Amino acid sequence: MNDRPLAAPAPEESAGHDTAAAETPKIRLRGLCKRFGKNVVLDALDLDIPRGRSVVVIGGSGTGKSVMLKCILGLLRPEHGSITIDGEEVVGLRGRERDRILRKFGMLFQSAALFDSLPVWENVAFGLIAGHKMKRGEAKDVAIAKLAMVGLGPEVGMLSPAELSGGMRKRVGLARAIATEPECIFFDEPTTGLDPIMADVINDLIIDCVRELGATTLSITHDMASARKIADEIGMLYQGRIIWLGPVDRIDHSGNPYVDQFINGRAEGPIHMEVLKR
Amino acid sequence: MKFLALIGRVTLQFLAAAGRLAIFAGKSLAHVVSPPIYFRHIGAQMISIGYFSLPVVGLTALFTGAVLALQIYVGSSRFSAESTVATVVVIAITRELGPVLAGLMVAGRVSAAMAAEIGTMRVTEQIDALTTLATNPHKYLIAPRLLAATVMLPLLVLVADTIGVLGGYMVGTGKLGFSTGSYLKNTVNYIEFLDVFSGVVKAAAFGFIIALMGCYHGYHSRGGAQGVGSATRNAVVSASILILVTNYFVTEMFFST
Repeated sequence: MNDRPLAAPAPEESAGHDTAAAETPKIRLRGLCKRFGKNVVLDALDLDIPRGRSVVVIGGSGTGKSVMLKCILGLLRPEHGSITIDGEEVVGLRGRERDRILRKFGMLFQSAALFDSLPVWENVAFGLIAGHKMKRGEAKDVAIAKLAMVGLGPEVGMLSPAELSGGMRKRVGLARAIATEPECIFFDEPTTGLDPIMADVINDLIIDCVRELGATTLSITHDMASARKIADEIGMLYQGRIIWLGPVDRIDHSGNPYVDQFINGRAEGPIHMEVLKR
Repeated sequence: MKFLALIGRVTLQFLAAAGRLAIFAGKSLAHVVSPPIYFRHIGAQMISIGYFSLPVVGLTALFTGAVLALQIYVGSSRFSAESTVATVVVIAITRELGPVLAGLMVAGRVSAAMAAEIGTMRVTEQIDALTTLATNPHKYLIAPRLLAATVMLPLLVLVADTIGVLGGYMVGTGKLGFSTGSYLKNTVNYIEFLDVFSGVVKAAAFGFIIALMGCYHGYHSRGGAQGVGSATRNAVVSASILILVTNYFVTEMFFST
């Protein structure tokens, strides 16, 4: 049913070492399980994110998309399964080892998650100052340049996050995510809560920034317009597993009734929403 | 049988909570002494906890000292021991009322603010954002607050002691008819180093408790505004109770016969 296998061949299965390195996905999830009490959120999830590609995971609310991202980032610990980044197992890493892996990542949070106590420029420069030990003056210059990349002037850098609109907050969040020029960028519902025009602006910025950095990206969304625009490949998460994965131009011909129902936004279909009707 | 099960369940829950708190405290303390140390944050917290608490602690101490002088005068006059007013005021202030009242006032002001700030950061994913930026939240948020509160509370208490004694002096000389010389003489002659030192040790313990409770409840808050509200309330209540309990044990440590 999938247009590409969820699991690429393991490196050791390949004939030559160079081929193996080339085929090792940037991020590989195998048999990932996460539950909260009796609620199984991720159920033996398998997914490969190829190097330099933009993969978007779609799925309904509460299907575990954010949990998957948080497991990869180490914010949540899976009960079972493996997460490898550049072939290195990261489940259970702590302290400096974990920080070393996290320096490869940037993340745009759904709510932008800007630090209220810091001005905008310091939010953007945070990873440079705290993680990369850059001097504050130098980091401020980089932050102003990154703000310019997302269409915000230097005067915005002096504002407090509380003074920004929703769209500006997202743009500052994007500037923070790309400030350290990470190898991987995660986008958690990048267009949620924005008007359609601002959502398209954010989509364009994501495409431009990612193209410039050459980063591998993993986005989660239920905004199909956004998914179609920013994805190279789309996967659908349902009941804790990726049930379909393929190129973005195949999504309308997936042959998967779950995907069809979701992308067309139909109430009738194999996915039943639990709605109490009187 | 059900009653025994209930006791067992409550006991297990209490032990689990105590264990979580101990692990949280241990992890945070380890970050206090290991680099990188965020001096800028420690300085900001010292100003926030120490300097900005001065008005509330000062006023509390001033009126407590004044009331104490009045009450002791009334009580001691029943057996013609009015001359003990200055001595009892200074001992009561330095040993007990200075540290305990300053601790409780700062618990209300600082512990609540820490729980609210860190709790809001938790529910708005700012703490997750810190982690993704390769910054340990314990090191960046918790350790500076613990260190700043533990250092600043003793200094606040020394100020409270001074202002409290001053409050007693003002009432003693202005209203109760003591001469300046005899009041100061009775204050200075009978105070011992241990009286002040025990209060300072208590204050350091209270400062640690205040910051720990504020940070712990804020860090573990869940569920939006209501969760942050609960965290704030729990921080103030638990810090206040722990201050009173700790006060007894530190007092016993210094003064048990």
